[in-house]
Amino acid sequence: MSIAITTQFICFTVLTLVVIIGALGVVLLESIVYSAFLLGGVFMSVAGLYLLLNASFVAAAQVLVYVGAVNVLIIFAIMLVNKKEDLKPIGDIKSRRIISTSICLTLLSLLIRVDLTNVWSLSSPQNSIGEESTIRIGEHLFSDYLLPFEVASVLLLMAMIGAIVLARRDVLSKDISTGLPVDQELIEKSSEPLLTNKN
Amino acid sequence: MNLESIPLQAFLIVSSALFCIGIWGLLNSRNAVRVLMSIELMLNAVNINLMAFSSYIDNNLIQGQVFAIFVITVAAAEAAVGLAILLSLYRNRVTVDMESFNLLKW
Repeated sequence: MSIAITTQFICFTVLTLVVIIGALGVVLLESIVYSAFLLGGVFMSVAGLYLLLNASFVAAAQVLVYVGAVNVLIIFAIMLVNKKEDLKPIGDIKSRRIISTSICLTLLSLLIRVDLTNVWSLSSPQNSIGEESTIRIGEHLFSDYLLPFEVASVLLLMAMIGAIVLARRDVLSKDISTGLPVDQELIEKSSEPLLTNKN
Repeated sequence: MNLESIPLQAFLIVSSALFCIGIWGLLNSRNAVRVLMSIELMLNAVNINLMAFSSYIDNNLIQGQVFAIFVITVAAAEAAVGLAILLSLYRNRVTVDMESFNLLKW
């Protein structure tokens, strides 16, 4: 990385603040739509952190896959299921919150303690391959990681077929076991057609 | 403070915080879509960890970056299948409240 160290620190601080505050917004905000868009911001800042770590290929993959595909998919899901509903109140919500927050804080302190006390065997930065990382990733994918690469393609195919099978509407006109006709009415409320003639 | 570069611990602490925020959201969300978003946050935290280790400890053979790419692949498949399951559940229950999905409760 050829950027000056001061610039690196400023970039790291800004990206970290965006990641942490954005993630807190994702889990805490009332409106789920705001959460989804903040999630996109978090993904973009994580891609920035990857760039700070000399990994331009993974940063590009992060932007393409997460921001371009996963986030758009989540926004579409929100659009499809976004119904205003009053959630039933839970009686012991306060004790649940206290227990889960204490568990998370304990885990966080444990992880930070491990991060700070363990002695990492850092390699010398002279060995860094820097901008050649894309070439090296390609060599890995087609030599020693060839089997996981092929399995990943089968996994993506299975996920695609599974998503289609799960998400499509039932097209059977008869129930298989009873033979009765299946109710195929859409569950969405029938809406007024747009552009109707009011006069 | 005279440092040559950002310390590895800084990246590790960021990813720990992101992971714990994800767990908190996973445990406390009532909306099923938000649960999926929390899972994505946790996967991103793991990816930051892998990338930091690959850059600081294994910066010649960058195997961590290859693993990060596989994690991104699996996360994309998981998001697609998870949202399809969510749509199917919504069609059956007409709600996204996590408290009403108790089909497997005895």
